[in-house]
Amino acid sequence: MFDSLSSKLEAVFKKLRGHGKLTEQNIEEALKEVRVALLEADVNFKVVKEFIQSVQQRAIGQEVMASLTPAQQLIKIVKEEMISLMGGQEQRIQLSGSPPIPIMLVGLHGCGKTTTAAKLARHFLGMRKRPYLVPADVYRPAAIEQLQRLGEELNVEFYRPTPSQEPLEICLKAREAALKGGFDLMLIDTAGRLHIDEALMLELREIKTQIKPKEILLVADAMTGQDAVNVAKSFNERLGIDGIILTKMDGDARGGAALSIKAVTQKPIKLIGVGEKLDALEVFHPERMVSRILGMGDVLTLIEKAEAAFDEKKARELEKKIRKDSFTLEDFRDQLQQIRKMGSLESILHMIPGLPKMMKGRGELQVDDKELIHVEAIINSMTPKERANIAIINGSRRLRIAKGSGTSVQEVNRLLKQYAQARKMMKQFSKIGQKGMGRGRVPFFS
Amino acid sequence: MFGFFDKLKKGLAKTHQGFVEKMDRLFLGKKTIDQDLLDELEALLYEADIGVKTTTDLIEGVRQGLKRGDLQDPEKVKTFIKEEILQILRSGEKPLSIDFASTKPFVFMVVGVNGAGKTTTIGKIAHQYSAQGKRVLIGAADTFRAAAVEQLEIWADRVGADFIKQSKGSDPSAVAFDSIQAAKARNTDLVFIDTAGRLHTKVNLMEELKKIKRIVSRECSGAPHEILLVLDATTGQNAISQAKLFHEAIGVTGIALTKLDGTAKGGIIVGITEELKIPIRYVGVGEAIDDLKEFNATDFVQALF
Ligand SMILES: Nc1nc2c(ncn2[C@@H]2O[C@H](COP(=O)(O)OP(=O)(O)OP(=O)(O)O)[C@@H](O)[C@H]2O)c(=O)[nH]1
Ligand SMILES: Nc1nc2c(ncn2[C@@H]2O[C@H](COP(=O)(O)OP(=O)(O)OP(=O)(O)O)[C@@H](O)[C@H]2O)c(=O)[nH]1
Ligand SMILES: [Mg+2]
Ligand SMILES: [Mg+2]
Repeated sequence: MFDSLSSKLEAVFKKLRGHGKLTEQNIEEALKEVRVALLEADVNFKVVKEFIQSVQQRAIGQEVMASLTPAQQLIKIVKEEMISLMGGQEQRIQLSGSPPIPIMLVGLHGCGKTTTAAKLARHFLGMRKRPYLVPADVYRPAAIEQLQRLGEELNVEFYRPTPSQEPLEICLKAREAALKGGFDLMLIDTAGRLHIDEALMLELREIKTQIKPKEILLVADAMTGQDAVNVAKSFNERLGIDGIILTKMDGDARGGAALSIKAVTQKPIKLIGVGEKLDALEVFHPERMVSRILGMGDVLTLIEKAEAAFDEKKARELEKKIRKDSFTLEDFRDQLQQIRKMGSLESILHMIPGLPKMMKGRGELQVDDKELIHVEAIINSMTPKERANIAIINGSRRLRIAKGSGTSVQEVNRLLKQYAQARKMMKQFSKIGQKGMGRGRVPFFS
Repeated sequence: MFGFFDKLKKGLAKTHQGFVEKMDRLFLGKKTIDQDLLDELEALLYEADIGVKTTTDLIEGVRQGLKRGDLQDPEKVKTFIKEEILQILRSGEKPLSIDFASTKPFVFMVVGVNGAGKTTTIGKIAHQYSAQGKRVLIGAADTFRAAAVEQLEIWADRVGADFIKQSKGSDPSAVAFDSIQAAKARNTDLVFIDTAGRLHTKVNLMEELKKIKRIVSRECSGAPHEILLVLDATTGQNAISQAKLFHEAIGVTGIALTKLDGTAKGGIIVGITEELKIPIRYVGVGEAIDDLKEFNATDFVQALF
């Protein structure tokens, strides 16, 4: 499986066969493809232009390494340059100073500030810190309630403003309360605002002057287009930001805004939001982001997720069972549950390089997570005996199982057939690999 | 990388100017059309989020025109680009018109990704009809997000609309069901079903929308009469994927483009209209109740250039 940018570049260099060196002409042609890839990923036009020029300068005259094709060599250079632009290594939120340490979240409307404030609270709880949630959005309907509810969900305390309080006053009073209450951190949620809204930008500057946040984090939506540069630049110039949190990374946006924002602010992207739930906050990995922007999939994240989801002990037990040919439907269900822990099938498939592009539009990526849920329901509706020995599942049992699981007899039949096939396949597997199947590997999906 | 940032800064200083000015400056005093001019034109299109495909097509159109000798001077090039975009967008210029005599209640189902502006847009549209003396009911089928119901309820109060809710975590289609039943019993003119924000790639959540739609049409034939997709104008090329997948899943009948009061141009709508031919009903230009306008292609292109 290879991805479209690589294959396009291979095609370009094939036309210009036989170069041991990257020359001006072949690079120019190939960089056109890189340019398109970046523009399609929403990297800002000017950022793309400057970036392509800098890559071109670096690439000209380079020897093509023996182990690589010219296309791979160029991709290597492009990736290296992008990673260095993106900031090299991961950057943590600064927590030094005397408590309560204020951290303020700012950004456009609906980018995810309130949700991220709660996610951060959860994140710091995990580090045995005591966070205090401060709602400084007095404009949006029910913004305060939203933060309050999220706080309740986490059992994190929350400053309760009075209706007449202005954002600055809320922050000042909340600081007093946080000091008294012995909290380590104040997480300040602010209202969404346009970077060109002078009055509201002034409001933030005043909070900054009085509260002196340790970190002002710009929350930005990963789906943002060309405007990301204007937004980030304005927030940075008018307020000053210390870092960026990129949200809604769980979708299919290529996220070129990350490169644009980094390029214009030179501030690190610290964390990414990967879902609506409060545990969906992850460390930012520049190299993965680069692959994603280039449309080259995100294999590392996939592998990491798989590692996190698959319990090694269980996997080894499973291996034994397969060898002994005692893989039951219950084991099958366990496996399904492990896969579901990794996220939706769709999101998993999206991380496989090249697959989304190749499959999309042909309906092949429409993996139905509901099917997995149905399968689980069917297995749950069987008796332990039935699960251990499917041979006893006759017509009337099938009807009962279908009714019990809210599915149809056809679905039950299909599952039994799939299971029988899987067993057969695994038998063959274990015959080939008598020595075992490698640590932590699970036969269906390895 | 120092040179890189320096150059970038210089380049960006320019983007603070309006599009009209930029386009004018671009063509001002130019007697001939050279590669520089085409390059700058291309930059303007890209920076408005018009996207690779449409931009390439438009620039190619200019080249063809130059070859044919149709576009001898820069002014003609400018008019040509404007007209091309206008032509695409005019096909999407179909304001919603409701025949209350034959359709009652008229049901809106409002969908979109997280934070696009669904709830706010419902408040604004409901306000317009309510001000016309229509009886409006709003159903809170976002039972997932924290305080989503409270947010919508505040809007319903502002508008003077009836409000239907259930507890957090309940089945959204049950709320839709209740809303339709209540609307029928109360002789309501309009129903708005607010749904939770969801990314279009999440299959199970798209299934949930299909179910809401199914229930609504079962309870009220012909409904939902308008499935309104709310798109955020600051979104880049991903908006195309959003429009496609929401459309595939539930058949979008109209688009509302929000947050056009910022510096984003919302150029993604050009490609979406060209490809999917979904009417653009509204544009959102702020957070306040009156900050909603009918989409007008001429105005939009004017703001673009
Ligand atoms: N899929 C996904 N949704 C997210 C993520 N972060 C936030 N959201 C959702 O995005 C929507 C907006 O989030 P909020 O936290 O309300 O955004 P906000 O920036 O506080 O919004 P305003 O206060 O109105 O400016 C909600 O539906 C959230 O659940 C994320 O990482 N992934
Ligand atoms: N500037 C501006 N802000 C807007 C506009 N429309 C909505 N907003 C703001 O965008 C934010 C999100 O709006 P919501 O209506 O909550 O969005 P939503 O799609 O319902 O969000 P979820 O239900 O969380 O997915 C709020 O802060 C709104 O005030 C607009 O046209 N312009
Ligand atoms: Mg908020
Ligand atoms: Mg909403």
